[in-house]
Amino acid sequence: MNSTIIEIAALKKWFGDTKAVDGITLQISKGEMFGLVGPDGAGKTTTIRTLCGLMTPTEGTARLFDLDVVTDKRKIQNRVGYLSQKFSLYGDLSIDENIEFFADVHGVPNYKKRRDLLLEFTRLTPFRDRAAEKLSGGMKQKLALACSLIHTPEILFLDEPTTGVDPVSRRDFWKILSDLLRQGITILMSTPYLDEAERCSTVALMHLGKIIALGKPKELKARSGINIVELTADSLREIREKIEQQTSYTVQLFGDRINIVIPRADADEASFAIKMKELDISYSSIRIISPSLENVFIYSVQQQSGAIK
Amino acid sequence: MNLRRLKALSKKEFKHILRDIRMLSILLIFPVFLLIVFGYAVRFDVENINLAVKDNDKSQLSSDFIKSFIHSKYFSFTKLIEKDADVKIVLDEKQAQCVLIIPAGFARDFYSNKNVNVQFLLDGVDGNTATVIYGYAQTATASFNNALTEKNLLRAGIKQLKPLDVRPTLWFNPDLKTTRFLIPGLIGMILIISGVVSVSLSLVREKEKGTIEQINVSPISSLELLVGKSLPYFLLALFDAALILVAGYYIFDVAVKGSMILLIFSTVIFIACAIALGIFISVLSNSQQVAFTVATFTSLLPSVILSGFIFPIESMPLPIQIISNITPVKFYIVTLRAIMLRGAGLSAFWQQWVYMLLFTSTLLTLAAIRFTKQMKNN
Repeated sequence: MNSTIIEIAALKKWFGDTKAVDGITLQISKGEMFGLVGPDGAGKTTTIRTLCGLMTPTEGTARLFDLDVVTDKRKIQNRVGYLSQKFSLYGDLSIDENIEFFADVHGVPNYKKRRDLLLEFTRLTPFRDRAAEKLSGGMKQKLALACSLIHTPEILFLDEPTTGVDPVSRRDFWKILSDLLRQGITILMSTPYLDEAERCSTVALMHLGKIIALGKPKELKARSGINIVELTADSLREIREKIEQQTSYTVQLFGDRINIVIPRADADEASFAIKMKELDISYSSIRIISPSLENVFIYSVQQQSGAIK
Repeated sequence: MNLRRLKALSKKEFKHILRDIRMLSILLIFPVFLLIVFGYAVRFDVENINLAVKDNDKSQLSSDFIKSFIHSKYFSFTKLIEKDADVKIVLDEKQAQCVLIIPAGFARDFYSNKNVNVQFLLDGVDGNTATVIYGYAQTATASFNNALTEKNLLRAGIKQLKPLDVRPTLWFNPDLKTTRFLIPGLIGMILIISGVVSVSLSLVREKEKGTIEQINVSPISSLELLVGKSLPYFLLALFDAALILVAGYYIFDVAVKGSMILLIFSTVIFIACAIALGIFISVLSNSQQVAFTVATFTSLLPSVILSGFIFPIESMPLPIQIISNITPVKFYIVTLRAIMLRGAGLSAFWQQWVYMLLFTSTLLTLAAIRFTKQMKNN
């Protein structure tokens, strides 16, 4: 364990003037569940595609198993699995045929046993003769996963695997992933969902092609040095304006509540309640909570873009 | 090239084809359909011309003259016109394509050795047909004249002596049948359309659906991908070619005069052209819709207009003749006509083979250049 399996050094990928990935450096250890988190356009997909050898870096290097993704592409191909964001299977082929095709392509000997195992594992066995286009979204995703696992890869790249998948299938999918981790596979996944990121062993928060925070979710929260005052009230927008104008705190607005980012030192509910009164803010509840990854992420992004006073 | 990967790709592609009823029927029914449409409908043979007659003389001679028209296999008599005013109506209403008007005093003038003018009105809307009919009318008149002269001379005791007599013998297509001339072109047109459209669509489909990503991360090389995916369409195109030949033989009596082996080789080379064009188009387009439009446009139009399939290239203006080289169908048709109709050997068309091979390699090189550029920009 703990040997580095993915090593990215000062990786840049530009498309003309667009700096999709703008110099990222990362090490990922064997057996990790690594999450790339960030909004659309952060550079997650570009990073993953570069690691898979689908794109050549503009600058910097990326190495898997200590092999360069560009020059040793051939040697890497059979050792990694990739589930692209828009992975579409061959809709007119059945589950069995789809897996068979990828087994042949990767030259898997006696694939049938492995296929049965994967179908069992993803609970797709009863549907094995069904055409892929007739499967539900969650089942399609599981089949796609099975296809990318047929050649027993050591690293699995998942690009937003649960986007557009219903919550039940999502939980199912995560269960399969944790089983995979137990088998010793290394997973690098990208996700726009911060609740999913919480389940990763290490996460990198990406924003505009850069990594703005990197570490275990717990560490990230601890390191951020912030706490959150959570208010619920009727006129959230007004409150936000007031706080932003009259204090130096950053405010994060959620649907039914408002989160005020405060330095951890200020974390005192009673004094905060007084402060609110001074500002003439009425609310229905107030409490101080430890920050979620989402709070940390939004805070980091705001800091990065200089929105903080 | 790894055989297992090639086999996997071809097998998958065959499954796609067999499960897509629309595609399959297009690939199999379309050729026969086109053959029948072109075989029966597109004819430049002008026969059964409707002839109306206005006989103002009503003599034995005028009636003989009319008979000389009707007895040729080209004219069929439709109407005897009574009133002058009806002549216009008959032509306007297309009751006849041409009207023969014999003037009053036809026989009298003839026997008094005067020049006789007979009016022949033609519907000139279709210029081509009109020219052919005019030719037939002249031939009919000439033979009528000849027969009369001969009779007159005999009566005078002189044996006729023809100073010059041209007797054409038609080779390769003795009955001047249009179908015999059309079928080689038809094979070319069908093969290029089905080849280009199916190959470009099947490659672009992988791009459009995103499945190409999985192929790109797999050990499949670009060459394996292209060969593996094209192979089924290659075999289908060969099958199509055979289908048209068999149908052409049984329905239109068009047999292959020359070497079957040369025919197969030429066809293989030509299908390679079509597939290369399909690959080239697939590199340029990102959606099936674009690919389909570009594929039909680049394969259908030139193969009908510029290939010499219907319109002879020799009678086109020089710039167009030069442009006609963009379609490999032109060269395939020359080859096919040589093999099928004349039974010619390789010496008659090896240049066409060279051209087709050149076309294939040029397009594949362009596609490869473009493809690597796209990958680099990725």
